[in-house]
Amino acid sequence: MGHLSYESSKTIATKTILILAFITIFEVVFALLGKGYLVDGFYISGWITGGMMILLSIVKAYLIVYEFMHMKYEVPGLVRTVLFPTLLLVWAIIAFLAEGRYWLGSRENVKNPPATESSSGTTPQGLIYELPENSL
Amino acid sequence: MASDTMTDQHHHAETKPSWNGGSEPFKASYGKLMMWYFLLSDAFTFSGFLIAYGALRFSMPSWPVPDFVFSTFPGGFHHKPLLFVTLMTFILLASSFTMVRAVQEGHRENKMGVVKWMLWTIIGGAAFLGCQAWEWNTLMGKEHMSVKINPFGSHTESGTYLEGDGHDIKEGDTFKAGDSYLIHKHDGEWHPLKYRAEDGVDAGKEKQQQFGPKAFGALFFFITGFHGFHVLTGVIFLLIICVNSYTGLYVSRKNGYEMVEKIGLYWHFVDLVWVFVFLLFYLL
Repeated sequence: MGHLSYESSKTIATKTILILAFITIFEVVFALLGKGYLVDGFYISGWITGGMMILLSIVKAYLIVYEFMHMKYEVPGLVRTVLFPTLLLVWAIIAFLAEGRYWLGSRENVKNPPATESSSGTTPQGLIYELPENSL
Repeated sequence: MASDTMTDQHHHAETKPSWNGGSEPFKASYGKLMMWYFLLSDAFTFSGFLIAYGALRFSMPSWPVPDFVFSTFPGGFHHKPLLFVTLMTFILLASSFTMVRAVQEGHRENKMGVVKWMLWTIIGGAAFLGCQAWEWNTLMGKEHMSVKINPFGSHTESGTYLEGDGHDIKEGDTFKAGDSYLIHKHDGEWHPLKYRAEDGVDAGKEKQQQFGPKAFGALFFFITGFHGFHVLTGVIFLLIICVNSYTGLYVSRKNGYEMVEKIGLYWHFVDLVWVFVFLLFYLL
């Protein structure tokens, strides 16, 4: 701090909270509109609404960290030591969502084993999957 | 006069011994810097939970639709998708704003300003916790969701109901793939409805509603619970620091109410996490 006068930092805080509130209202209305709650028979693809929500949430996160938490006014070294490690999460998200998709495929295989394996008779004993009903 | 200035400077030197090695790294005090690194590690904890949510959601053939699950509002209102959580989000955002105001009043050493805005922040945090208690109570007490049982499911095929539930569904009602339902529980027994499938591999067969993915309840209660625990901790620390401000403890430190600034960082972080909880559980 100390870079801004009391009055101007007050104005910035008011502006930021209004932008955050506006984005939140927009997100909710957009989500409901996209899923057909507001206009009968009108839908927007989940990819578009979903992508928009993720983008807007990142904008909200930026405003909270940079304005409310004053990251904007810290020295570059502090900003880097806090923000750079979070970049590791990008890979964690990609890897684990891909893993989730793989599990989905595995579940399907367990439920309906590929026909070739069982007909050729190579499935070893003890590897025959029996899944109870409602195992999800 | 001169001796006054001398003692003043001496006093200053005594209150700044945190970094004995010399100048402050990153021009930030020890406490503030460590708060940032604590928040960084906490961000990784929350990310771990939220990424687990994403991976499990991706691994399920169907997932409860949030606009259907979170559609009740106090006063007996139903079918108001996302209205209540939007209110909760606004309460938390507002309390973040009042926190910023408290920090600003601290910078200009205005004691009563700090106390006033911190009190508003505490009220906001408590109101958020109250809302969360109501939400949990509705989900557990009225809709019978638990860590182990998730009565919210969604259809993977279209079909026609062969019986009604006495609430929204009547015999003969049709549904599409992706439509959500809640399995009701009366007198200690679950009542999944029977229906006839009209497409998919089971077309023409008589089937009944299945429970939704079990992980949903566990993830919901654990992640929102962990966030709520952060809010509760925040409210307790805000109370302590508010009382300390009022009694004048920070006046003598002459560091622009740095303690208020530190709890402010924590409080904004709690708001930041809610942005992503809101995104993943309610919006997507």
